[in-house]
Amino acid sequence: MVRNTLKAFALLGGLLAASAAPALAAGPTVPIPDTRFSFDGIFGTYDRASAQRGFQVYKEVCAACHAMRLLSYRNLRELGFTEQQVAAIASQFQVMDGPNDEGQMFERPARASDRFRSPFPNQQAARAANNGAYPVDLSVITKARIGGADYIYALLTGYQDPPPGVTLMDGMHFNRYFPGQQIAMARPLNPDQVEYADGTPATIEQMARDVTTFLAWAAEPELEQRRAMGVKVIIFLTILAGLVYAVKRKVWADAH
Amino acid sequence: MAIGLHDSDFKNPVVRWIDQRMPIFTMMQKEYGSFPTPRNFNYFWNFGALAMVNLMIMIATGIFLAMHYTPHTAHAFDSVERIMRDVNFGWLIRYVHMNGASMFFIVVFIHIWRGMYYGSYKAPRELLWILGVVIFLLMMATAFMGYVLPWGQMSFWGATVITNLFSAFPFVGDWIVSLLWGGFSVDNPTLNRFFSLHYLLPFVIVGVVFLHVVALHITGSNNPLGIEPKGPKDTLPFHPYYTAKDSFGLVIYFIVFAALVFFAPNYLGHADNYIPADPLVTPAHIVPEWYFLPFYAILRAVPDKLGGVLLMFGSIAVLFVLPWLDSSPVRSMRFRPMARIALFLWTISFFVLMYCGAMPAEEPYVTISRIATAYYFAYFLVILPLLGRLEKPLPLPESIARAVLGGGGPLPAGAAAKPMEKA
Amino acid sequence: MAETGEATAGGPPRRDFLNLVTTAFAAVGVGAVAWPFIASMQPARDVLALASTDVELEPIAEGQAVTVMWRGKPVFVRHRTAADIAAAREVPLSQLPDPQPDQARVQRDQWLVLLGICTHLGCVPLGQKPTDAKGDYNGWFCPCHGSHYDTSGRIRKGPAPRNLEVPQYAFTSDTKIRIG
Repeated sequence: MVRNTLKAFALLGGLLAASAAPALAAGPTVPIPDTRFSFDGIFGTYDRASAQRGFQVYKEVCAACHAMRLLSYRNLRELGFTEQQVAAIASQFQVMDGPNDEGQMFERPARASDRFRSPFPNQQAARAANNGAYPVDLSVITKARIGGADYIYALLTGYQDPPPGVTLMDGMHFNRYFPGQQIAMARPLNPDQVEYADGTPATIEQMARDVTTFLAWAAEPELEQRRAMGVKVIIFLTILAGLVYAVKRKVWADAH
Repeated sequence: MAIGLHDSDFKNPVVRWIDQRMPIFTMMQKEYGSFPTPRNFNYFWNFGALAMVNLMIMIATGIFLAMHYTPHTAHAFDSVERIMRDVNFGWLIRYVHMNGASMFFIVVFIHIWRGMYYGSYKAPRELLWILGVVIFLLMMATAFMGYVLPWGQMSFWGATVITNLFSAFPFVGDWIVSLLWGGFSVDNPTLNRFFSLHYLLPFVIVGVVFLHVVALHITGSNNPLGIEPKGPKDTLPFHPYYTAKDSFGLVIYFIVFAALVFFAPNYLGHADNYIPADPLVTPAHIVPEWYFLPFYAILRAVPDKLGGVLLMFGSIAVLFVLPWLDSSPVRSMRFRPMARIALFLWTISFFVLMYCGAMPAEEPYVTISRIATAYYFAYFLVILPLLGRLEKPLPLPESIARAVLGGGGPLPAGAAAKPMEKA
Repeated sequence: MAETGEATAGGPPRRDFLNLVTTAFAAVGVGAVAWPFIASMQPARDVLALASTDVELEPIAEGQAVTVMWRGKPVFVRHRTAADIAAAREVPLSQLPDPQPDQARVQRDQWLVLLGICTHLGCVPLGQKPTDAKGDYNGWFCPCHGSHYDTSGRIRKGPAPRNLEVPQYAFTSDTKIRIG
């Protein structure tokens, strides 16, 4: 019986191993370094201060081209912003509303319940403004890229001069970690590009880490609740397994 | 007793009143209470019950997801993310549903493999086996259509590639493809009908599962020794023995399930499916969900389009005739030293195909998939038919009781005497 | 379960206790699983956060009314005449089925803001358009089962049990209110 159980687990292991294969197959040419984040591991949580700074980086740098249309300003409450702060942030943006009684669309300051304002009205406009390259929506970006947060951090810090022998196509930039290593997006982060209110020095690495934390939160806002619940569920099930096994042993005691 | 009323053994007045008029309690007692079950099941026999529970989980979570999901190309992706972000516990219900599909296939693959190893497909259980293969086919169709619903890149391109398979058929191919699409490409009409069918098919599966269980309860279960029970000594009442054993297996299964859902919910999925579908951009590397990989590898192993499609469908179709391909009268591979090796090799070929299916269609994977495909079919079409004649099986035990309890002595007082006072 | 009789001296049969604990544990588990499903049917976060609605009061002439949507429901905004206000304040509270002074139902006398949903069974009462039947009290009239509301939106006659509800709103300027 033990042998058969082992076989079952071997089978399961095989299935899981095989499923990991596509991850290797489609990956970029340079392996993505493993970066330590506050939300790594089973008990990891989002570093709120870092994520708030990351929102600032997104707002002041990324948001010029990249939309996050799945997020609303009210979601920022989860990052520790107060209701007043969220209302103040939202009111900095003009969003389209309407039609009004005359049938006209009009712009008004955003409210907490509004979605993040998108920089472009549609994909075609976004392409037209960016030499044909589409700045992707960042709402779920860490879920939508193999390597997740590690990849985003690597990409943001992976800009360098092209090594000898590499000719860049027109309008392209060299990035070690981008698949194909030629990326249309120019280096987005430069030292001291933003001024952090808490005095944190705005190095490229710091800004990359902060904005990656913010994007990871945006993609998986349920992560902390999910893991906390998971720990409780597994503990409960483990105790239940012990109880049920004891019942099973008792029931079978006279049958062997 | 009045004429027309069922002669109920139940004492509780309410239960008795119902049971006399509609003997469901008697039926449950007969089929799941006192039902004589071989006493020597190992934990592989949990997987039927696990599959049943898994089906119920999928239906329950699916019904609640459908309350929030919008089957429209413009809204599908966003409505799924809305479930993840705004619906109360929506992330939990969706991740259970998403990983439930993977768990379902893990459970069913093991269940099928159990049947192959212990010869559960052999007479008199051929129809039971065939119904099982029908369930497996329906599951694959349901899973495929479900994967289209979030309308990510893999949804869209998976749907495009798989529906295009049907264009390989001569004369009717294009007609079938446009029938599936309801247009000139995978688009909103396709998404709508896939949603409708994805909601319908699980209930068809429930119907076939019912027939599967009916057939099972006529022939009774097979067992690890593959010999039929010869008397009461060889069996135990289903309850409490196997209800207890299945419950334990169920909790272990829940632990694995929970580990996936809570700590690695996207591990078995593809990152590309979090990119909204774009009919103008094909992802660099299209891969089906892991449970389709072996069949996908068989498809790609053949250089001819129609040939590949036929072979892929053939890899499932061959299971329908398995009961008649295996010529050995011995069921359990415990007593078939050569067939046992052949089946282990087949199992390896299955995993090799799964691995190759995830790899790009280039050397050496193409050659490896061809060898594995050849063995996959050879096992069913050549090895099993021949082995029945060539192989000398080991001696079978006299009875289950003798094999399990050792010696020929009477059973310990408890087991046989006890069966069926009312639980 | 059938097997009892294994009672150890001085205590209840161990199996019965074990079964009881295990069953209770499993039942707690099933209950805990049911909760997320039930909760998922309650309004989602984006629904609860639904925008408040701004209403411009300037275009509404005296004696006129507009209907705006707020949380999927109609809200009546009526610019009352002096006669309307006087009628609403004259009536003694003892004559009202749901006694409430008019002053408690308005923030500024000439502006009456109401949830346009009959408190009987949820129909939308008539009385917004000049051509509508306004009922016996010159307010609103619900055609479904004949409830009459007065110029303060209070129930006066018919099956409705309560006055028309006043939603939460605030004047953001002299000519603008925000509902919600």
